[in-house]
Amino acid sequence: MTLLITVFAAVICTAIWYKSAPAREMKVGVLCWLFWGASIMWLVDAIFEYAELQAAYFTPAAEDMLNDAFLGLSVVALGLIIWLVILLVKDPKGVVRAALKGKKA
Amino acid sequence: MACFLVPATEAVVATIATKFVAKKEKEMTVAPIGDEQAPAEKIPFSRKLKWLTNLLWGGAALLAFEHVWHGEVTPWFPFLTAAGDPADAAEMLHEMATAGVMMAVLVTAVWLVMLGVAHVIEKRPAAPRLETK
Repeated sequence: MTLLITVFAAVICTAIWYKSAPAREMKVGVLCWLFWGASIMWLVDAIFEYAELQAAYFTPAAEDMLNDAFLGLSVVALGLIIWLVILLVKDPKGVVRAALKGKKA
Repeated sequence: MACFLVPATEAVVATIATKFVAKKEKEMTVAPIGDEQAPAEKIPFSRKLKWLTNLLWGGAALLAFEHVWHGEVTPWFPFLTAAGDPADAAEMLHEMATAGVMMAVLVTAVWLVMLGVAHVIEKRPAAPRLETK
């Protein structure tokens, strides 16, 4: 479930990055790297788990699935926070700088 | 248990390599005198290496969070819960040697595919830009 949620996040971010120039300026690419990197690594985890559990891998207990979904959403939230911090620090539109100096961007 | 440490280590090495290559490229860039022809558009290798570091750091950061979530990483010594017990430590090292190494290998393989695609795109003539209203 965590892998699935992260892959969806990665695909959505990549589509937004490709389609929108303002999004690229807003450093959406950071989210693409974060989510794709994690998706690849969790794919390996999933392969190892599948090798161990075989078909049972696809029928997880409801409690495990809920916990994994909660983790997946938390991972997406963490990714968004990392992106926001990078965006505010790099400040490509000069908004933070202008706000700090009390000017209009 | 601590599989993310393997790609994180690769990320550290790749980051150092990126800085080194970028420095070398900067030193080697000499402006041509009297050459009016624009150089062919080629992606510097340091930028390509940056793609690998981005993937590795991004993945390792989110996986580290997952390990904190599962109580496998703690903010106090020895930081990895499995390191406190010899049997757990052996299992942890086994996981790092299998899943961790596979993670690093797969990320690197994906990056190599990206290099291949980038090479093809570099060679392809530029597509005309679409006009949008």
